[in-house]
Amino acid sequence: MTTLRIKNVFKRYPNGAEAVKGVSVEVGDGELVVFVGPSGCGKSTLLRMVAGLEDVTSGEIELSGRVVNDLEPAERNIAMVFQNYALYPHMTVRQNLAYGLKNRGTSKSEIDSKVEAAGKLLQISDFLERKPSQLSGGQRQRVAMGRAIVRDPAIFLFDEPLSNLDAKLRNQMRLEIKSLQRRLKTAAVYVTHDQVEAMTLADRIVVLNNGLIEQVGTPAEVYSRPDSTFVASFIGAPPMNLLSATLTDAGAQLGDQVLPVQTSLRGDVQLGLRPERIKISQSGSGASIEVTIVEELGATRLVHGIVGGQNISVAVDAELPVPTGQAVISFRPDDAHFFHATTGRRL
Amino acid sequence: MNKAQFGSPWMPYLLLAPQMLIIAIFFLWPAAEAVRSSFYLEDPFFGTGTFVGLDNYRDALSASDYRRTAIFTGIFVFLVSLLSLSIGLMLAVSADRVLRGKSTYKTLLMWVYAIAPPVAGLIGVMLFDQHIGPLVDFAAIFGWDYRIGVNYWDTGITMIIVATWKQIPYNFIFFLSGLQSIPKSVKEAASIDCSSQNRRFWTITFPLLAPTSFFLLILNIAYAMFETFGMIDLIVKDQPGNSPVTLVYKVYRDGFRGNDLGGSSAQSVILMLLVLVLTIVQFRLIEKRVHYN
Repeated sequence: MTTLRIKNVFKRYPNGAEAVKGVSVEVGDGELVVFVGPSGCGKSTLLRMVAGLEDVTSGEIELSGRVVNDLEPAERNIAMVFQNYALYPHMTVRQNLAYGLKNRGTSKSEIDSKVEAAGKLLQISDFLERKPSQLSGGQRQRVAMGRAIVRDPAIFLFDEPLSNLDAKLRNQMRLEIKSLQRRLKTAAVYVTHDQVEAMTLADRIVVLNNGLIEQVGTPAEVYSRPDSTFVASFIGAPPMNLLSATLTDAGAQLGDQVLPVQTSLRGDVQLGLRPERIKISQSGSGASIEVTIVEELGATRLVHGIVGGQNISVAVDAELPVPTGQAVISFRPDDAHFFHATTGRRL
Repeated sequence: MNKAQFGSPWMPYLLLAPQMLIIAIFFLWPAAEAVRSSFYLEDPFFGTGTFVGLDNYRDALSASDYRRTAIFTGIFVFLVSLLSLSIGLMLAVSADRVLRGKSTYKTLLMWVYAIAPPVAGLIGVMLFDQHIGPLVDFAAIFGWDYRIGVNYWDTGITMIIVATWKQIPYNFIFFLSGLQSIPKSVKEAASIDCSSQNRRFWTITFPLLAPTSFFLLILNIAYAMFETFGMIDLIVKDQPGNSPVTLVYKVYRDGFRGNDLGGSSAQSVILMLLVLVLTIVQFRLIEKRVHYN
């Protein structure tokens, strides 16, 4: 079954700006779908249209089999977690959690048991009588999630919920969100600009760029078979190397270097190579590289250099020796990706 | 404050000196003088007064005229604060919902505030004038023979309306900025949690406006009690005897028109104490229930 169906949705603002230019996505029951893209790609607008906080210019949004375009946010059976938590500052944690239920006419005993259960689940039982201003960022985030959980919605909507937390807490909360969503088996849409969050959380990733979908797929698919240079450079850290090359019978020609590849394609292309899939050594067979800078990342090193007049980076295991000056690189032929020289689409 | 921030220990006092001087000259000294003269039967022609102890206070508090003025002041302050706060809030909420032309509304609604109190009084008097006042004609439609300066309550109502009208823009602008400082996401979260706009206003918006409302309540009471002097003076100028006035205006009338400086001083000391008590009560009682972020 499908929980959420977004059908050819457009968003045009009165000033003529188009934020979403025809997007269709489906979110299955219990599925966690991540909308990822740079700022301004339309991912938040799309989420806000699902929530009912923005009007839909054209297209349809269907939730649990019912078109919700003209329904008020409170009538849509959704729950949203905001980036800045959006807790009611004048209410205690308990009141924050209970507010939505109270307005829906839930009985007092049922509210109490739901709030207690959510408090236990999120480990905020000790703070129920406190005001949000007395809580830390991580605790506030839990309360915001608690507020979403007690509603028992058809779908959770997360709008960059971890952006305001520090790096350590972000990793921890990311895991908690994932395990929570798995346990509750509630469908969720999660918006982020952070590709690490997207990769780790998602059942499926929707990569958005400039109001359009670039690619939809599992994290593994999006990583291993990017549909465009945009996806290739956005997903994966460090980003994929994209080199202008000409494919000939000999291989991929980069300036004075020829890289061996296996393809029937010919002509100008963009050659994509993941830094972690390239091997580098001081000497041996392969294309020659002039090493310029080495970045220390702890577990790995990032070696930057020039091949055939173009910049390239290579991820090297920290235990391996650091190449200097002139070195050589090699890669497995099927690790090479080919994209159209001008459109950037996968060939 | 860290002392080490100043080169000399006298520096902070030096910086505060101008303000302290102004307070001393324009408040402390006159206040002390008022307290002193409230115990004397003053000679209006700058001769020496006679010490009469608490007689001035006894006279003031036992006079039926004083009680009448105090009751009118109470009603006046209550209605002016209530009306100008609620109308200001209503306008601010409406303006906040408008997205386009917001600044135009803001400017138009603010305009009245730029009018000096005597001018406001003058316009008010004109609006309620026996011969040319449109509001008098309007009242006549309902068979109300409106007589400003003649009928006690007609004059009082005029004062309340003019004072309220003058204060609305001030409240409006504070409420509007208060409304706009409520985070958008909090309003959005509320719209997901609660489908009734009316209920959202009373459970989310209004409590979050509490600090603004509290601040404005104090300012409005102070306004109604003291700053309406110029407007009242204009409305009752010709016939202050039988018209309703506020306690502040009575201090002026008894002192400078009735030449009873001692009695007037006693009234102003009572007023000072009243303000002191009011301030303490407001801060103690209301602040407890007000949410500050």
